[in-house]
Amino acid sequence: MAEKLKIASYWAADCGGCDVAILDTHEKFLDIVQAADIVFMPIAVDIKEKDVEAFPDGYIDVCFFHGAIRNSENEHMAKLLRRKSKVMVAFGSCAMMGGIPGLANFKDREGILSRVYFESPSTDNPDKVLPQTETQVREGVLTLPAFYEEVKTLADVVDVDYFMPGCPPASHQIWNVFQAIVAGNLPPKGSIVGASTKSVCEECPRIKENKAIKRFYRVHEIIPDPERCLLEQGIPCMGPATRGGCGAACPVANQPCRGCYGPLDGVVDHGAKYISALASVIDANTPEEAAKILDQIADPAGMLYWFGLPASLLRRVRK
Amino acid sequence: MEQSFEPKIIGFLCNWCSYAGADLAGVSRLQYPPNIRIIRVMCSGRVDPSFVLKALKEGADGVLIAGCHPGDCHYESGNYKAMRRYLYLKKLLKEFGVEDERVRLEWISAAEGARFAQVVTEFTETIRRLGPSKFKEKAASAGKGA
Repeated sequence: MAEKLKIASYWAADCGGCDVAILDTHEKFLDIVQAADIVFMPIAVDIKEKDVEAFPDGYIDVCFFHGAIRNSENEHMAKLLRRKSKVMVAFGSCAMMGGIPGLANFKDREGILSRVYFESPSTDNPDKVLPQTETQVREGVLTLPAFYEEVKTLADVVDVDYFMPGCPPASHQIWNVFQAIVAGNLPPKGSIVGASTKSVCEECPRIKENKAIKRFYRVHEIIPDPERCLLEQGIPCMGPATRGGCGAACPVANQPCRGCYGPLDGVVDHGAKYISALASVIDANTPEEAAKILDQIADPAGMLYWFGLPASLLRRVRK
Repeated sequence: MEQSFEPKIIGFLCNWCSYAGADLAGVSRLQYPPNIRIIRVMCSGRVDPSFVLKALKEGADGVLIAGCHPGDCHYESGNYKAMRRYLYLKKLLKEFGVEDERVRLEWISAAEGARFAQVVTEFTETIRRLGPSKFKEKAASAGKGA
């Protein structure tokens, strides 16, 4: 029998849902561990950073790195795992595009620290103490990772071989990708794996008729018709501008697509593309009327970059 | 440095009206600042907001989008789409801390050479007053993962 594959999974700045998605392959997970040894996966295996450092370079066959790069520790681990891995996969929306943590790029470092350590209602910090990367105590020096000015994607700090979108990646897609890895059947470097090349709308079973939007609704303001296209009913659904592969999981569950699979091939900016799509279906021919309809979108910038602000052209707020 | 600032402006002009308007300004020998670099597109409705963001990221201080007057679009509705995209794009720029005056939408017909010259003159002055776009300066370092 050939030597077993060595795989790793690591989380940086994210919620850990990507690891849960791997476990959500259910009994297929047993097939995965049959074919591969998990050499590093903090949620499941007790292997420490120093053990990884002791691996020879290129020891890990495939590393599924999930989470964005928020601080110096995330970057350090990304660089360490890059060195130790033959194939590096940016796994999930955070590693690929910044994900939900990437929304922090609507604020800067100073604003975030000030909110968290001085201003939030539950904070009691009379001495205005902020976390320091080094603190001298009697026993020696304590260290903390440095908090960056902006959230970055994995590809901003290391060379990435494959990108697998999703928040989290759909479990059936994880299984597909794993099978491709075992079979040695991987696409060219830089490819997006575990996703479709068509939009979410292609997979969405809802009936699409005529899009002419007079009013936008937030999800709690309307009980949508379960059969009809959500966008046609005035719920901003990012399906038209978002890569499929998830099986239109959210629209099927009566929720609009939020864009976690990122943009389609050839699109330079996911949000800009969705502006194009959305503006085309607003039924207003005067600027006044159009502005009134657009004002009904609760968070116009956040909605566009729900999962991909650090990978967008604008990347972050400017002061 | 500030005194020698010459704004770089990208102009997306529609083939049927505004580009012809710019042409008329030229053949009429009207004077307007040389800061605008014109890109001809088939319709203002072809201007995807990502074109504007990319221009701003790669060094433009301002972006002008010009198309046919409402009701005059060669493709019937392209300019209405441009208008709605522009309104959303301006909202987006404000949220990112980019002055929304850096992007401007105008309707300029093929007969309005003088108006084209006037719009470019005004817009160049607006951008000169705003100064260099912060967006391109910081974007240059952000792109390298700094």
